[in-house]
Amino acid sequence: MRKTIALAGNPNCGKTTLFNQLTGSSQKVGNWPGVTIDRKEGEIKKIDAIVVDLPGIYSLSPYSPEEIVSRDYLLYDNPDLVVNIVDATNMERNLYLTSQILDMGIPTVIALNMMDAVEKEGTEIDIEGMSRLLGCKVVGISALRGDGIDELIEAIDSAEEKPNPIALSNNSEKVIRQISEVLRGTVPDERLRWYAVKALERDSLAIEKIGDSWNQVSEFIEAYEKAEDDDSDSIVASERYEAIGKTVSSVLKSGRTPGEYTISDKIDKIVTNKWLGLPIFAGIMFIVYYISITTIGGWGTDWVNDVFFAEMVIPGTESYLESINVDPLLVAFVVDGLLAGVGAVLGFLPQMAVLFLLLVILEDSGYMARIAFIMDRVFRKFGLSGKSFIPLLIGTGCGVPGIMASRTIESERDRKITAMTTTFVPCSAKLPIIALIAGAWFDKSALIALASYFIGILAVLISGIILKKWPSLTGLPSEFIMELPPYRTPGPVAVIKSALSRVWSFVRKAGTFIMLACGIVWFLSAFDWSLALVDDINDSMLANLGNAVTWIFIPLGWGSEWQFTVGTITGLLAKENVIGTFGVLFGYADVAETGVEIWSIIASMVTPIAGFSFLVFNLLCAPCFAAIGAMRRELGTWKATGAAVLYQTTLAYSVSLIIYQIGTLLIYGTFGIWTAISVLVAMTMAYVLISKDPFGQYRKQSAEVTI
Amino acid sequence: MLTLKDVPSGETVTVVKINAEGSMRRRIMDMGITKGSTVLVRKVAPLGDPMEVYVRGYELSLRKSEAEAIDVE
Repeated sequence: MRKTIALAGNPNCGKTTLFNQLTGSSQKVGNWPGVTIDRKEGEIKKIDAIVVDLPGIYSLSPYSPEEIVSRDYLLYDNPDLVVNIVDATNMERNLYLTSQILDMGIPTVIALNMMDAVEKEGTEIDIEGMSRLLGCKVVGISALRGDGIDELIEAIDSAEEKPNPIALSNNSEKVIRQISEVLRGTVPDERLRWYAVKALERDSLAIEKIGDSWNQVSEFIEAYEKAEDDDSDSIVASERYEAIGKTVSSVLKSGRTPGEYTISDKIDKIVTNKWLGLPIFAGIMFIVYYISITTIGGWGTDWVNDVFFAEMVIPGTESYLESINVDPLLVAFVVDGLLAGVGAVLGFLPQMAVLFLLLVILEDSGYMARIAFIMDRVFRKFGLSGKSFIPLLIGTGCGVPGIMASRTIESERDRKITAMTTTFVPCSAKLPIIALIAGAWFDKSALIALASYFIGILAVLISGIILKKWPSLTGLPSEFIMELPPYRTPGPVAVIKSALSRVWSFVRKAGTFIMLACGIVWFLSAFDWSLALVDDINDSMLANLGNAVTWIFIPLGWGSEWQFTVGTITGLLAKENVIGTFGVLFGYADVAETGVEIWSIIASMVTPIAGFSFLVFNLLCAPCFAAIGAMRRELGTWKATGAAVLYQTTLAYSVSLIIYQIGTLLIYGTFGIWTAISVLVAMTMAYVLISKDPFGQYRKQSAEVTI
Repeated sequence: MLTLKDVPSGETVTVVKINAEGSMRRRIMDMGITKGSTVLVRKVAPLGDPMEVYVRGYELSLRKSEAEAIDVE
């Protein structure tokens, strides 16, 4: 029969590397139900077994989504075996998770990883002794070098016996036995100890299982707490660590001289130094940006867009289809619709691949944790994490890899807020719009570009403050109790594999949506209502729709001219489209990147302040479809993604309204009903920013408690 | 009572009590800061917060607001 094996272990213990070693190329990546955490599965070919990679966790307490997913899998999905990977250079904390896994009564094999590093520092570990004490097989391995993998697979194949749980003190064991007796029959026998210990810690899942007998159990626990003079959860945690400490000291003879600095300690002394820490951080960020956006990644993306697609794929396909006499309508559909959609997805890949490669190196080397350590103080006030700096910085190049980079943030709240705000930072595709507005109305002033970045960053910070009060986000904990892993040289295979799997997951999850959305907008711009192909975009359904909704933007100063609205809509395909669309709408087939040909035309249509309001709206409103697709991947559901886009567009509308109306009042002295409304909007925004509970979340919660 | 927040860099202390609730309490204990454990304060981040401590053989960072919930001696 085919075995199912769960792979469990702490973050940074080499779990991914071991997973790759065990399963080779047979990996499938999906999501755990309900959360945006990767679920990886693979086969061990030699012994006909499936390996399920659980998220990296420190404990099975039900507080983080990673922990809940892992706990539920082990409890309910009944894997035949757990392979618990333990970092031999950090046994005490790693064995804490082990002690919880052993309580579950599932046959377990311990893969003692990083044995090469242990041997190098002269430390000796009595693996036989450890195996005896824990009642399960222990195999020393080095996942990075591939040592001990065959032995591990052999152990996996033959392991069947239930492990020995790590015993706590006599008093604790006594109360655990008492609780077990009450629980017997309501839970599977092999899980009895796990539920009993959880009940002792007053875990809600265990309390639910106990049901009516909880009063009785509660008395046992209270008597025990009184005798020990401490809370039960605190006693259990310290006794677990105590018992582990004893196990470790009996099997491990350290080769390290006490007080001696390791290489990792020395690196850390420099990298997070009080004076050098920030300059080094700035330097590394510059290198990441320079390689992934400016040079290698940027060249790759430019090549895919401008050469591969524009000069090879598109003309090639076009001439081929024409040569075999395909209907021109179908040619247009394939070339302008489908291929443009594929191009929109593929164009991002080179930048993304390079960026992910660098991010994985930063993560695996241990520096990513230090970025959070250094920047935490700046960002946490705004509901963001220290690691949000990377997505925001990358976002100045392109929002898509920027949003994807938010994946490295552990805290769900910080990650979601970062993914929702990254596109406020002006990306490189928005630069032509900035140049257009600066050229048409402001004498090419550099101040307009400066103001754009300033408004973008301000929008990120304001949104951070607002969104952390948002009902679905406010309850998520934001903690910074985080391991700073030792610095290591990343393994090249693991780095490349991990970067590729992230790129692939973008293509799969965001790609279909981007192509579909691009196809729809192309369709609307190419046809009129009788579904005939139009020569002039002015006759298309898109122009009609733009005309029909343009009144919405009249209070922003530019809605009176429908071309501005249509430009904004095509900007959803890609922001640089705004310029091209203007060119077409005003009768220029080909305009320069800055739109210099049409400066005088648009300048004569609306006031400078309306032009600026148009710029701000386009900077902040819904990002392009590619970025929306990336957001969907990080936020998990279409509902959350829709809410995020609605929030962004509402903010854009409010800010542009305030700028146009108050600006018009100050410059031209015009006052109207919309001036009054804009003042109200500004006051509402100020209220939401300052109030502790603008969405009535806490009031609702406390009302529920009183009931 | 002295809390971990006020311990200067380079000093070693023993944990007496965790005064946090809910997930923060659990997380502090899961990461090895339990009653009786020995904690060495390594350093404070360049901007003054968070701090880095050495506990149970590894480096852990936590905010001063979290360290304040840990009574030490």
